[in-house]
Amino acid sequence: MQKLVLLGDEAIAQAAIDAGISGIYAYPGTPSTEITEYVQHSKEAKEKGIRSSWSANEKTAMEAALGMSYAGKRSMVCMKHVGLNVAADPFVNSAITGANGGMIVVAADDPSMHSSQNEQDSRFFGKFAMIPILEPANQQEAYDMVHYGYEISEKYKIPVMLRITTRLAHSRAGVSRKVQRPQNELALPKNLTQFVLLPAIARRQYKDLLKNQENFEMESETSGFNHYFDGKNKKLGIIASGLGYNYLMENFGAAGCPYPVLKISQYPIPVKMINMICNECDEILMLEEGAPIIEELLKGILNNNLKIKGRLDGTVPRDGELNPNIAAVALGLTDTRGNDVPSLVVPRPPSLCAGCPHIDSYLDLKAVLAEYTPGRVFADIGCYTLGALPPYSTVNSTVDMGASITMAKGASEAGLTPAVAVIGDSTFTHSGITGLLDCVNDRSHVTIFILDNATTGMTGGQNSAALGKIEDICKGVGVEENHIHVLNPMKRYHEENMKIIQQELAYEGVSVIIPRRECIQTIGKKNKDKKAEVKK
Amino acid sequence: MKKDIILAGVGGQGILSIASVIGIAAVNLGLNLKQAEVHGMSQRGGDVQSHLRLSDKIIYSDLIPYGKADMIISVEPMESLRYLPYLSPDGWIITNDKPFVNISNYPPPENVSNELSARKNSISIDADKIAKEAGSLKSANMVILGASSPFLDIDYGKLEEAIRFIFGRKGDDVVNVNLKAMKAGREIAEKR
Repeated sequence: MQKLVLLGDEAIAQAAIDAGISGIYAYPGTPSTEITEYVQHSKEAKEKGIRSSWSANEKTAMEAALGMSYAGKRSMVCMKHVGLNVAADPFVNSAITGANGGMIVVAADDPSMHSSQNEQDSRFFGKFAMIPILEPANQQEAYDMVHYGYEISEKYKIPVMLRITTRLAHSRAGVSRKVQRPQNELALPKNLTQFVLLPAIARRQYKDLLKNQENFEMESETSGFNHYFDGKNKKLGIIASGLGYNYLMENFGAAGCPYPVLKISQYPIPVKMINMICNECDEILMLEEGAPIIEELLKGILNNNLKIKGRLDGTVPRDGELNPNIAAVALGLTDTRGNDVPSLVVPRPPSLCAGCPHIDSYLDLKAVLAEYTPGRVFADIGCYTLGALPPYSTVNSTVDMGASITMAKGASEAGLTPAVAVIGDSTFTHSGITGLLDCVNDRSHVTIFILDNATTGMTGGQNSAALGKIEDICKGVGVEENHIHVLNPMKRYHEENMKIIQQELAYEGVSVIIPRRECIQTIGKKNKDKKAEVKK
Repeated sequence: MKKDIILAGVGGQGILSIASVIGIAAVNLGLNLKQAEVHGMSQRGGDVQSHLRLSDKIIYSDLIPYGKADMIISVEPMESLRYLPYLSPDGWIITNDKPFVNISNYPPPENVSNELSARKNSISIDADKIAKEAGSLKSANMVILGASSPFLDIDYGKLEEAIRFIFGRKGDDVVNVNLKAMKAGREIAEKR
């Protein structure tokens, strides 16, 4: 079969379709978004009836995927690393319920924080939950691992984590497809209390999970994804995980690496293989894309005499993603870095698009806030986070999805009144509603801006679960109707909007202001699509 | 055969279309390919880059090592200079010389072009003007691709084929404008 040129994300999606999933669940988040988008746009997926629309957040996505697994069908759930924090509760517990139909959890990490607020390593979570983790080094392996992942998920009745990072997610390469498998039939678990985590049942299931660890380790030793490559020069042995392996091999090319190499792409850690390379070699170099997880395990507290170089001793930088040059320097090879960047080159940070409705919303808000002392705007995750940068310089916090409303609440209760929250429409339905309920129940003095651009903008314009529902949700939660205002964020309504904002900031209760205008990018895209239709 | 190419520009300038054309041509020639892209936050008017790697051998890294890029292809002059640490000592810079100014502290354009002409191997062209003459300002990226084409070691016909494949969905007019733009860019580079 001809090779497809696919992003790592797309290879995972194509593999999921080929491996016979019945549904994929996700909330958009860079660098995981394109997995679900690929399934949504796939004709094949449509023909096979694979469900794929966006979930309200990662927790609802994880639970729905687990429900599909309960019913005996294969499911996939995808999220960025911080999305796994949101889904942590069902994720960790799904290891104890186990799976019925095959279930894969894709966690896409973003080392170097290209588009994220932190660079946590999801392998910690997989280890915490004690489930098998697969960490592909390239697009083909990502494709193959999805097939294998469903196999072991159904063999051991356990959800499997597929951990990827930005460079794999957003890099294209040729991928060969495998045989396509049919979807599973509806088939409930043999034991209908398998998913009931009452203490008596959970204790038993937990013991099963613990017992299964030796099986998972046996898989890690024998699946072939972890591989020991012998080398003549035993002065050094290299343990490289995920993309670390590519950066290592880039430095040797066709000649091959002269040192023994252990490529790790599956967890739990293959202890026998680790022992082998550590016994063979005088020193070990660790190349891990992410946190020094294997390195810490090897070093432990009671350090043995083996020298282990890596992120912990400064051989490799402690933070950020790896690259071929970092690997070169760690190997003692020459750094091939070219000329420096000329000093006249200045940074070009991302900015709100020309015509973006958030610009007008911030200009309205900023003008009104000029009357108050600074430092009272709690923002959220989305394009509008860019309101922290000049010329707006309005935002004082961005922490996690939904934190704007609840942090404004806490600050207001500490005496910082009025406190302002700024949250997008999609972020509001992701994690803002419960915080709003807290505000209403406490009658907190907060003014909440829900910037409604009718889309999930930052990740590329996906459907927003909030579309057409925001006022009803606010009313339903208990916000007084006369303190819910919809504004048109346009220059010509500046004065009018300012008056409403002034009035609501002064109100000592919960106000919701909804500046509403569609994202300039999604409008542009719709117009383009229309034009293309007409031309046809 | 090995070509490591840094594609540079500002979010929205169409560097990924250049990557697609070269990529499809390369795959049709049976070459291996890896292409790392930037998605997400930076696409909002920030600096963006793509690492495009072609080879008849196995390609390990998705990222080009520093000092190993054969070319920097850029649709914006200052952006072409941002990636100099990646350029090999004999590598070429092919760039649009039309600044894209969306920041208040953009350096004086003449300083940028002086910096570029001080480089060993660089070609700067007014791709915007040439694209307009070819029929659409939007095809400035294809002008730059055309100017880079003599250095690519890829049969020119294969690039034309790739343009027809990618833009075919949008109709013959769009295909022809892009073909014309690429041709105009190539002619200019060949004259230098």
